[in-house]
Amino acid sequence: MAASGDRHPLFVPLVLVGGLVFGFGLGYSHMARPEVVLNFLQFEDFGLLFVMFGGAAVTGVAFFVAPRLLDRAPLTGDRFERRLKSFDRNVLVGGGIFGVGWGLSGICPGAAYASLGIGNVTILWALAGMFLGAYLQGWWRSRATDGVDPAPTGAD
Amino acid sequence: MVADPVPLQAAAELFPNGISRYAVGGLFVGLGAAVIYVGTGISAGASTFLESTLSFVSGQSRFHQYAASRDWRLVFTLGIVLGAAVYAVIYQDGAWTTDVSWWRLLLGGVFVGIGTRVGKGCTSGHGVCGVGSASKTSIAGVLAFLVTAIVTAQVVAALGVTP
Repeated sequence: MAASGDRHPLFVPLVLVGGLVFGFGLGYSHMARPEVVLNFLQFEDFGLLFVMFGGAAVTGVAFFVAPRLLDRAPLTGDRFERRLKSFDRNVLVGGGIFGVGWGLSGICPGAAYASLGIGNVTILWALAGMFLGAYLQGWWRSRATDGVDPAPTGAD
Repeated sequence: MVADPVPLQAAAELFPNGISRYAVGGLFVGLGAAVIYVGTGISAGASTFLESTLSFVSGQSRFHQYAASRDWRLVFTLGIVLGAAVYAVIYQDGAWTTDVSWWRLLLGGVFVGIGTRVGKGCTSGHGVCGVGSASKTSIAGVLAFLVTAIVTAQVVAALGVTP
């Protein structure tokens, strides 16, 4: 990843545009409404499957095509890599904890930011909770691993 | 009257709001991630923002490993908020607020915040970019959170907690 100082001038604008399109999609799909997510999880409306798999289909095309058309990413000079993370028990444990929160609240990080955009100020409770949870986890892990293995888990 | 073929009736029950809003919205979500990936090589997710932003206010080493990316993650998140606002201005009658109780949002948020960091991703990182990469780790992560989310939501509903 390019350091802040020598970034391509279009890097930040492109990330903003990507975020805009991403957030518009979350609004359009109604996934920014916790009720819609909860209806899905209670088997009352399976439409949400189309959001995740529709999104994954599009990124799948980009992940397949971009490395074949371009040698390196134009704005960073980075190589195109698939999003691969090492598998271990944490993926299942963390996924399970995430699921409890998702099932309780109907809210996940991206949809929570988008929810703020559709005027849902009540969602600030969820955002506060997420920051608190991430802080607790980071505090705990910093204590557990400081000086041992601060290996980055990458960007997601 | 000619009744709809059985498969269509079944589909109407599974999708009471139709599928176009979900499919079109999903395509935009994927397109947003694809634009960033093609331009920068970054597979974007929404949850690392939590940790990278905490590096502004906390000295914990855990958060500072993301310090280099915290500025563009802020921009990405700002974009998500603004993009949803564009949707709201065009299609929504004024601001919309949830009826889900504040304690469910807060407590659920804490679990989401812990789980996404332990589990290396969220619905966008694992669900959209990871599954798009055909990553076995991400598919396992998605299955893990889908199963527990379904169980949790069903239990909460069975206990009569509404909304």
